[in-house]
Amino acid sequence: MDWTLTTNAPGKIVLMQGNEAIVRGAVESGIHFAASYPGSPSSQILGMLGKIAKERNFYAQWATNEIAAFQACLGTSFAGARSICIVKQNGLLCIADALFCAAQHGIKGGVVVVTSDDPSAHSSTNEFDSRHMALSASIPMLEPTNMQEAKDMVPYAFEISERTKQVVIIRLTTRVCHGRGSVALGQIPETQRKLDVVDEWDRMVCVSFRHQVMLDTLEAARELFEESPYNHYSGPEHPEKLIVAGGTGCLYTKEALHLLGDPADVGLLELGTVWPLPEKLLLDKLRTAKEVLAVEEVDPFLEDELLRLAGREGLDLKIWGRNEGTINRVGELDPDHVLPAVSAFTGLPMPPRQKTSDVPLLTRDLNFCAGCPHRATFFVLKQAMRREKVPGIVVGDIGCYYMAGSEAGQYGWQVNNCMGSGINVAEGLGQLSAYGMDQPVVTMCGDSTFFHTVLPGLCNASYHNSNMLLIVLDNSATAMTGFQPHPGTGLTAMGDEVKPMSIRAICEAMNCTVEEADPFEIEETTALLNDMLHRPGLKVLIMKQPCATLMAKSRKEKVTVWVDQDKCLGDNCGCDRFCSRVWGCPGNSWDFKAGKAVIDPVSCVGCGVCAKLCPQGAIQVKKEARA
Amino acid sequence: MKKLMYDPLNIVICGIGGQGNVLAAELVASAMNDLEYRVAEGETYGAAQRGGSVMSHVRVSADTDLGVLIPAGEAHFIIGFEPLETLRIARRYANPGTRIIYDPRPVYPQSVLRGRTVYPDLEDLKAEIDSLCKEAIQVPAADIALECGDSRAANIALIGAFSCLEGAPLDTKALEEVVAQRFKGAVLALNQKVFALGCEAAKEAVR
Repeated sequence: MDWTLTTNAPGKIVLMQGNEAIVRGAVESGIHFAASYPGSPSSQILGMLGKIAKERNFYAQWATNEIAAFQACLGTSFAGARSICIVKQNGLLCIADALFCAAQHGIKGGVVVVTSDDPSAHSSTNEFDSRHMALSASIPMLEPTNMQEAKDMVPYAFEISERTKQVVIIRLTTRVCHGRGSVALGQIPETQRKLDVVDEWDRMVCVSFRHQVMLDTLEAARELFEESPYNHYSGPEHPEKLIVAGGTGCLYTKEALHLLGDPADVGLLELGTVWPLPEKLLLDKLRTAKEVLAVEEVDPFLEDELLRLAGREGLDLKIWGRNEGTINRVGELDPDHVLPAVSAFTGLPMPPRQKTSDVPLLTRDLNFCAGCPHRATFFVLKQAMRREKVPGIVVGDIGCYYMAGSEAGQYGWQVNNCMGSGINVAEGLGQLSAYGMDQPVVTMCGDSTFFHTVLPGLCNASYHNSNMLLIVLDNSATAMTGFQPHPGTGLTAMGDEVKPMSIRAICEAMNCTVEEADPFEIEETTALLNDMLHRPGLKVLIMKQPCATLMAKSRKEKVTVWVDQDKCLGDNCGCDRFCSRVWGCPGNSWDFKAGKAVIDPVSCVGCGVCAKLCPQGAIQVKKEARA
Repeated sequence: MKKLMYDPLNIVICGIGGQGNVLAAELVASAMNDLEYRVAEGETYGAAQRGGSVMSHVRVSADTDLGVLIPAGEAHFIIGFEPLETLRIARRYANPGTRIIYDPRPVYPQSVLRGRTVYPDLEDLKAEIDSLCKEAIQVPAADIALECGDSRAANIALIGAFSCLEGAPLDTKALEEVVAQRFKGAVLALNQKVFALGCEAAKEAVR
């Protein structure tokens, strides 16, 4: 849908994903520069910006990590450029130091950081509330309630950023990023603003005396937010019951009020300016209110700020929300949590619903995709570890292979901190071999993670000769977030071909012992692993096998895998249904009627590894040229 | 703009990661946007892509901005890619007026294949789904797509079937146009064939 991103058709209404709306907003802002490291749920934004960058004459980069992305934006800002940096919640934490310093030195050209929080951690390992970062870094923050606002807030954020000379953050949540809604397009400027000539005496420096300037800037932003078009109030002029909502909470609350019969005595204040809060606007309603309900994503941020305001102003208010307990403290907001909360708050009865069975239904555990090389890697790793006299310790990391900690990866690792942590956690463990710990230590990282944060850790581990093995799961992709290029791929966000960096050469330059293996060659690779575990010092094993989803897209020949049920011995085999029970690929199913194995033709991608593993040779593979 | 039977009109599309559920929702939402309704759509994916339960919500109104998630019990249509997932969604979102269209082909959860649990009896699943709604129609979408040469087109068979359902907010033409915009060449031809067969199957099932 590239045309919706770049066509100058003001007023036209199109269906847009929240992530697309941010892209369109950036184009309507006339940005010069965009940089990001992929992180769900906002990973699509830079991918789309990269595709249209040449047409719209700006620069877009998949940076090696978030710090590189954000600090590059500070650099371009110094020359007056408008720059946008896109991160997810964890990426925002990665750039904390840079952000806090930027807040103190200020900026020249507008800098907007778009961050995506992931309530319920749909595609994350944890929930986090970015609003705490805005508060602690003294940086203005906005939060859209729908796709239209997601688009419109980008130019508004640049305006605030340039008026206050401060970075501005836009907080998105998963439902905004991945949701779609009708958006009226705005005007795209013909050309970007001219860049500044940097003067000999221009400065952008973090020094302690700027602390007061930073605080004054925050107050200037507060004044602008008192008049912001993104704060709306509806209801009686002096409400006794007031709901204060932010982000997705606004539309859920409106619908809840509607389903409860549109009570005329309840006020609703929708806040698009998250930080600093427009205190005058709030106090105008709080002074007459007796009870307030805060509806917000993740933490009771508004609720706590309301308590603080009420305390400071000596207001006698009962405050309801996530901390008080009316709304779920953990997990995302949805209509089914907001409706009962609004019902309890207003005293209006819940609409009736049909009774349904409460017999629990089977749930579905996550699994590696059919044909995924990680399944083979973790099978091999488990096999190798079981051949050791003493059990080894396996330290995980963040990527698709996070799932290896569950049944999908043979419960393959035992420790997992955050992205890029595996090498450092293992480094520490590896040093204990000189102090009586006699267990092999293994960790892993993906190819994109290798460049993102593993490099300094590897440098440290190699220099200090930690006794450990790093497995690089090289599937030629940042697969978890949608196949973005990284320095090992030879591609850039704008589609240019560049010289790729060799992970092997980098490891060798860091004095590591390096081997390469194919995880689909189960026997050979298991033997190599066992051998490497007994070599002293730091070892790196690069597992090379492309992501199955990429392979399925690019494969030239048609591969059919099926089970010869005359050869399959079913439960008489003694393999304990190895293919479906142990190997566990979605392509390996069980024919409950025949009591034999079967391939699910819908799931199977034709990697053929299960055919090598079947003890009866019952799984057959046929390759033919595509029609 | 045709007056909607309900405003907002709520559609849930449910299945398992990788079945093309998100694309199906996007096609339905695009078609409704092209007819100048206000549309909101919510998708659950990410980690759920890898074999987990996935659902998309499509919401349509003449003039109101809606949240991207449907409140419990408020679905007017449910499109299911798998019977267990259809029941899961029907329990939460169906009401006595809901119409359901679903593929009866089971996809076993890992716990079933690994031998720890047993997949529910298909007749029991059907009976419970039937009891929760006005009408539930089975369409063998995955089989249709496989017969046409690509199992990935099952989602198109289901939206084809949906377009031919009585009271569907979209006619076949509007959805066909969106399919034609989205795909090209051989993939388009395949999808058009699968779409038509899905529609036929729905009509057949009602008869």
